[in-house]
Amino acid sequence: MSLKELSSLEKALGLKKPNKYSTQGDRKVPVLQSINGPALVGLVTIATHLVQEAKQPELLGGSAEHKAVVQQWLEYRVTKVDGCHKEDIKTILKDLNSYLEDKVYLAGNQFTLADTLMYYGIHHVIVDLAVQEKEKYMNMTRWFDHVQHYPGVRHHLPPVVVLRNRVYTSGHH
Amino acid sequence: MKLFVSDGNPHCVKVLAVLEFTGVKCDVKHVNHEERVVPYLSRPALPALLLPSGTHLFSPNSICQYLIELNGQESSDIVNQWLEWEATELQPAVMQALHMVVLQGKGADTPRVLRGPLSYLDQSLSQRTTPFLTAEMVSVADVVLWAALYPILSDSSLVSGNQTLQLWFERVGMLAACVSAVQTVLQGKGLKAESLKTYLQRQPTTHHGQGQVQGRGTQPCNSPEGGGDDDCVLSEEEIQSAVVTWGKGLTDLPMVPERQHPILPQEGKRNVLVTSALPYVNNVPHLGNIIGCVLSADVFARYGRLRGWNVLYVCGTDEYGTATENKAREEGLTAQQICDKYHAVHASIYQWFQVDFDFFGRTTTKKQTEIAQNIFWRLHERGFLLEDIVEQLRCEACQRFLADRFVEGTCPFCSYPEARGDQCDKCGKLINAVELREPTCKVCSQTPVVQSSKHLFLDLPKLEAELEQWLERSTGSGDWTANAKQITRSWVRDGLKPRCITRDLKWGTPVPHPDFSDKVFYVWFDAPIGYLSITANYTDQWEKWWKNPQQVELYNFMAKDNVPFHSVVFPCSLLGAQDNYTLVNHLVATEYLNYEDTKFSKSRGVGVFGDMAKDTGIPSDVWRFYLLYLRPEGQDSAFSWVDMATKNNSELLNNLGNFINRAGMFVSKFFESCVPAMALQQEDKRLLAQVGWELKQYINLMDRVKIRDALKCILNISRHGNQYIQVNEPWKKIKGDETDRQRSGTVTGVSVNVACLLSVMLQPYMPTVSHTIRQQLNAPPSVTGTLLQGTGNFVCSLPVGHHIGTVSPLFQKLESEQIESLKKRFGGQQPKTTAQPATTPASDPAAQTAVNGADAERARELTLAVAEQGEKVRTLKGQKAEKTVIGAEVTKLLELKKQLSLAEGKDPEPVLTKGKTTAQPATTPASDPAAQTAVNGADAERARELTLAVAEQGEKVRTLKGQKAEKTVIGAEVTKLLELKKQLSLAEGKDPEPVLTKGKKK
Repeated sequence: MSLKELSSLEKALGLKKPNKYSTQGDRKVPVLQSINGPALVGLVTIATHLVQEAKQPELLGGSAEHKAVVQQWLEYRVTKVDGCHKEDIKTILKDLNSYLEDKVYLAGNQFTLADTLMYYGIHHVIVDLAVQEKEKYMNMTRWFDHVQHYPGVRHHLPPVVVLRNRVYTSGHH
Repeated sequence: MKLFVSDGNPHCVKVLAVLEFTGVKCDVKHVNHEERVVPYLSRPALPALLLPSGTHLFSPNSICQYLIELNGQESSDIVNQWLEWEATELQPAVMQALHMVVLQGKGADTPRVLRGPLSYLDQSLSQRTTPFLTAEMVSVADVVLWAALYPILSDSSLVSGNQTLQLWFERVGMLAACVSAVQTVLQGKGLKAESLKTYLQRQPTTHHGQGQVQGRGTQPCNSPEGGGDDDCVLSEEEIQSAVVTWGKGLTDLPMVPERQHPILPQEGKRNVLVTSALPYVNNVPHLGNIIGCVLSADVFARYGRLRGWNVLYVCGTDEYGTATENKAREEGLTAQQICDKYHAVHASIYQWFQVDFDFFGRTTTKKQTEIAQNIFWRLHERGFLLEDIVEQLRCEACQRFLADRFVEGTCPFCSYPEARGDQCDKCGKLINAVELREPTCKVCSQTPVVQSSKHLFLDLPKLEAELEQWLERSTGSGDWTANAKQITRSWVRDGLKPRCITRDLKWGTPVPHPDFSDKVFYVWFDAPIGYLSITANYTDQWEKWWKNPQQVELYNFMAKDNVPFHSVVFPCSLLGAQDNYTLVNHLVATEYLNYEDTKFSKSRGVGVFGDMAKDTGIPSDVWRFYLLYLRPEGQDSAFSWVDMATKNNSELLNNLGNFINRAGMFVSKFFESCVPAMALQQEDKRLLAQVGWELKQYINLMDRVKIRDALKCILNISRHGNQYIQVNEPWKKIKGDETDRQRSGTVTGVSVNVACLLSVMLQPYMPTVSHTIRQQLNAPPSVTGTLLQGTGNFVCSLPVGHHIGTVSPLFQKLESEQIESLKKRFGGQQPKTTAQPATTPASDPAAQTAVNGADAERARELTLAVAEQGEKVRTLKGQKAEKTVIGAEVTKLLELKKQLSLAEGKDPEPVLTKGKTTAQPATTPASDPAAQTAVNGADAERARELTLAVAEQGEKVRTLKGQKAEKTVIGAEVTKLLELKKQLSLAEGKDPEPVLTKGKKK
């Protein structure tokens, strides 16, 4: 799974020659073998490395603060979203939804690597949401829609339909 | 910049160490574990860093990286890699290990879960030539990993091998920043730190392992959904020991003796004296009062009795004081008559709530006078009383001195305009009534005047040193709630002042001193003595409880506003009296319970009061369950009708009730009410271990009076149980071959035993339901005492061949209409209204999300609106109105119809149907897998099964008829068919037998 993500990310970053990956352990943690150094282990670590390789450091955040925020959501993705229990999904959606209330992207107004990886990681959850739930988590859904339409992001994943008009007008926010 | 940290939280070690290491300037604020610093996260997340921009960082590792970056160091791939490894691999293992070692007291050896990560780290270090993880210099990765491992690695008993790792650990630990961070957060104590234990207890019950479906931990779970690696979680030894326990049966376990009054302390037993704050007699208690003291204490006392402790639970009404005098004047009765009347009201309310006092007394008794005067003289003889002139407020209009509660004014500390004469509700400070600015008499609204008279004071400053010594011992060894400790600490820190113990009143315990003959004791001095006098009215040998600190452990239950009187003032009276009194060992204080979004208010008629609860038609047990479920432990909580319905319907009906009912039903339907033979397979053994683990957890929590948290263990067990039944499908297997049938028997037998265990664990919370279950299962009387002995014994208490009784549903659904009408009746606040079509009154948005019932409500309203609009259109057409007019109305009609379809879930988009409350017809597969979780899924699943079975059986009957088979043969098959249909109706909640329908879900 994470290998597909990495290859999509490579394409999104415009990296010309694809890297070779393997996995280790029960969790199938991705490993990047490199010629001129030790292997890199872990989705976030490798993704961060790819961004630097592609010379697009702005995707990791501009200021120290933004960098920390990006790192935080990358960590959130691999610790909370990955393999979460069904019961925790609601909490995650709720938290993301209230966090995104006044933001376009996870790190504010700037699209970053955190958006890409969170999108990959949460896609399977969003696909299963009913229209009503998507409306309930409106901010999160809006963010998701933005990201899936961000040029070059949605590679290996099917698009999720997001209605523009509210169906449930009786309004629970 | 502001950094929020909490005591005992190992993540805070990381950030504090890095903060000091980098020397970045930042305010550090200590908060408690439950403080929600980050506004958008539903669970508390600490540490948290608030940046000047208003952004919060809540990941400890990102906070560390940020601080390092501020210091001008960029993080490299290798640093990132270690941090990611820490968060995803090490952290879950560490949390699990800490849980086992600290909370369950296991492990003389490195916990198994940690062996992998530790040796990986050891190897990585050995392969390096540098002294630190990433370089010659210490990096953020070193500090983060060191802090994560500190609690474990600082304990030499847990470390084995891993030489290089040990050296590295010591090297990093020598940094001054690390030393001081550990000191701040864990008092330098590592695993033994009490604060670490508290922190771990506060973590949402992390299941033992991350792989479990029911684990609700904050830690990541990296296994595929549905778990599959459960094996690695419960160790083989744990499973084996669960099986051994199971095999013991009931016979090996000691019985709990019957209660015999009077209960007196016994040598060699744990003697537990439980008190609940004495409710003031002339107020009908509200739900907050009930959960805060009497109910909480009741649960604990019941639990203690089950554990075989020698428990005495006393309480009573607090009856003296001006308020009573006033009430008497109002009702034209004597003060004593008022007390008699309201004492009976209280007693009957608590009886309805099934609060099982050993004795429920009152303070207006001879014993009270004797004991209070005795304590008074002892204090007097020992020089702990002072005389002083007091300025008091006197209302000339009412011709009397005003008791504190009859004066209102502006708080001299915080300027809150409605401060009471004794305390300000806003800032919580104690006030002398004469210090109030702009005082008014609450009875006549006149301004009272200040008058002087001579009074007696308890010399608290003189007792302060002794008090502090005792407090240190008691809070150190007992289970004081955090708020109790904190309130007490702040009281003592502010310095104690002499406190007046006399009052110019009639209705009170007379002061025996001749110079003060027209005075009575002030209620705060007098009331706690009520605990003693009430016990004295229960037994002449009361001193065996109250002058016996060597043998007796005293638990005081109360709401937090009562803390200072129980932790400072009353102990000072008793210490000063020097008569070997039993002082409180465990002070258990709750926060406040609010009502919906507001406070309970008798005067505004807002909220549910004790005497009204029974008029709601909701059983006492359900009230108890819900109040205990939201017991304000650690933070305020709020009663909400909608939430009550949700909890009833989801937790009691669909989770707990469903499991117990199914387990019993399988025994009676498939095995003629006899517990079948059980051949345990690995999966069954694992369930035994899981349940045993939750049971241990329950006991662990209850022993520490974490009543609300322990209730979750019960619900977790039934969730495990439901899932176990769901996966094993005994109703299917019963129709299979011999092996399948045997399997069905095992699963049924194990399940019904889990149900039996649950009945015992439930006893403190829901005594009636617990009793009903035991009756239905025909459980031997010895189960109640034996399963909870020691660290918990999940034994097979209903052995093979045991005959169970008649099983019937335990809980009833709370319908949304019922809840709405109760809500209106008790004046709960309607949350903000949203714009709605004029015809539909705004239904409560919370209700819609929470119960789904609201959709049904809305559908009903829309149906009416559609009918009305249809009528209008017809009328217009009849009147031959203009086409445009008619057209506009038709458009409206169509719009309404569309909304109706939506509300009814008939939208062409299939996904929408899932919002509906009514059960899916059994033939349509439930559209959303999530909706099928343990809860409703079980019955829907069963309904589907039954539908198939009915169809099959119907076919068979038709075939037989077609073949013109014998009547008896056909008859037998028809009977089967009818039975199946009946079961199907049951599963669909359409039971033909009206008595049974009440418990079923729809």
